[in-house]
Amino acid sequence: MKNGSGLEDGMVISTDKLVRTFHVGRSELMALKEVSLQFRRGEFAGLVGPSGSGKTTLLNIIGTLDTPTSGSATVLGERVEKLSPRQAASLRSRQIGFIFQTFNLLPVYTAYENVEFPLLLLGLSPAERRKKVTDALEWVGLGDRAKSRPTQLSGGESQRVAIARAVVKRPELVLADEPTANLDAENSHKILDTMVGLNRDLGTTFIFATHDEKVIRYLRRKVTLVDGRVAADVAQTPTGAGQ
Amino acid sequence: MTTLRLAIRNLRGAGIRTWLNAIALSFAFVAIIFGQGMLQGMNKQAEDASTSFEFAGGQYWQQNYDPYDPLTLEDAHAPVPAALESLADAGRAAPILVVAGSIYPQGRIKPVMLKGIDPGQRILALPTAALGDTAEELPILIGSRTAASTGLAVGDQVTVQWRDADGAFDARDGRVVEIMNTSVGTVDLGQIWVPLDTLRRLAGMPGEATIVTVAKGLRNAPTVDGWNFRTPAYLLSDLRQMVQSKTIGQSIMFSVLFLLAMLAIFDTQVLSVFRRRREIGMLVALGMTRAQVIVLFTIEGALHSILAAVLGVVYGGPLFYYLGRYGFSIPGGDSWGFSLGDKLYPTFTAGLILGTTVLVFLVTTFVSWLPTRKIAKLKPTDALAGRGT
Repeated sequence: MKNGSGLEDGMVISTDKLVRTFHVGRSELMALKEVSLQFRRGEFAGLVGPSGSGKTTLLNIIGTLDTPTSGSATVLGERVEKLSPRQAASLRSRQIGFIFQTFNLLPVYTAYENVEFPLLLLGLSPAERRKKVTDALEWVGLGDRAKSRPTQLSGGESQRVAIARAVVKRPELVLADEPTANLDAENSHKILDTMVGLNRDLGTTFIFATHDEKVIRYLRRKVTLVDGRVAADVAQTPTGAGQ
Repeated sequence: MTTLRLAIRNLRGAGIRTWLNAIALSFAFVAIIFGQGMLQGMNKQAEDASTSFEFAGGQYWQQNYDPYDPLTLEDAHAPVPAALESLADAGRAAPILVVAGSIYPQGRIKPVMLKGIDPGQRILALPTAALGDTAEELPILIGSRTAASTGLAVGDQVTVQWRDADGAFDARDGRVVEIMNTSVGTVDLGQIWVPLDTLRRLAGMPGEATIVTVAKGLRNAPTVDGWNFRTPAYLLSDLRQMVQSKTIGQSIMFSVLFLLAMLAIFDTQVLSVFRRRREIGMLVALGMTRAQVIVLFTIEGALHSILAAVLGVVYGGPLFYYLGRYGFSIPGGDSWGFSLGDKLYPTFTAGLILGTTVLVFLVTTFVSWLPTRKIAKLKPTDALAGRGT
């Protein structure tokens, strides 16, 4: 059964023959070749594949940071290719959280202020912000590091702050691009356990772009991309630590 | 409001870089206000002095009088008309008779202007009373510059020569009864002040004058045949042009200073946009539009001017107060070309301070905005990867 946006009930993402090409010098590089995929609410899924397979490009389009060359992508009921910059920004600010390989914390802010930032953009009151930020930092186990600046945090702690920032506004969707690439094994597992817990407790949909085996073991669905095409799309039983 | 709060937070976070920029800008800020205040002070001081000592509320010139052509003096005298005479009788005007002459201090000849003025006049700030409080046949009042150039002192006798109404040379020994200190060179250099009635009698020009200076605040100066009324604005126009010419020179200097400060802001912004590409990408990912990011960066830059203004108030405020109240000695004396005196008192008006603040703010905002235009062309995906610009 489809809802008003053309998505089936429970579906948060749908792509249809998605194509994305880039111009590199005089040549044209096709990063995505007619990718058609659907993701349901609450999924813990990953786009898996080697470098250059199109994982990040697909994640960027789903995150409305990029637009397809052709085909369509519907995210949370909105057609990505038809969104104005303002509408795309609004969708991101309300419904989508991002986690990046390099953490991308705002350097002059404390951990607390970094997590608070998305809520400032949403115009929440100070009291609401305080409660949500405190909760988010507790979820990721950093309640005691609220006043630390990014330079005072370890890689694992920085990534946990980034996770708290991604989920603090309780988004429908969290997109994580190689979230463990800069972390050691112990921190990677901590991070992944945290995200599994948030997925379970908050019902947030998590989509990863990764080629890290540690991450792949946590996924319940693995979409393999090779040269911009979907090579495999399989459900799996997660075997990561704490599952 | 959120953007402003974020901008303030970013500036705070930038620490020493913010303060260095603000300090550099505050120097330009204080220097501009100081320079303009000095020029305004110069202008006011010179105008006030010229008004007090020379022009008062304006002057009637006998129609042949041309201050730039001494040869006209021979014919530039006429009986004071009744309308002006009655003003003089009422203490609202001071007739001055000007006669070309020479003095012979220490055996040297020196051309001068003999100026006859009523010792009892109150229109000009000249100490003419000294000319009345004496039994001398020809008491003389001179300025300190003339005294210095002629070597004359109070009590000294000097031979004065002139041509009377018929063109005949005549001479008398006069005695210096007073040496005045005035910042107005035009009532001092080469000027010999004597009692009006004495000069009229000696020159054979009874009841005549060349100039009639009227009191300040005189409204509706009457039209008088054969006499041209010169308003204070007319009489001060040369002075104002001179100050104006100095203003242009100063403005160029301050523009260079200001430009350097703006370059610092521009440079900071260019560097900021380049260094903070990932941050820009992240801000967009978090839900800001690129336009909002541009506004954020522009506000950050513009806030430097607010900080600079605050810093300027901290150290410039007391400095301006002190200088405005106590003045400062200026080198060069008369070399400025107009009457300034020994000390200059800069004038810092609210209009000057507010105007400069607004100007600095607007220019800083514009300069801060220029480099941020690159953000509009920056793809969020490139920015997140640290590419672009």
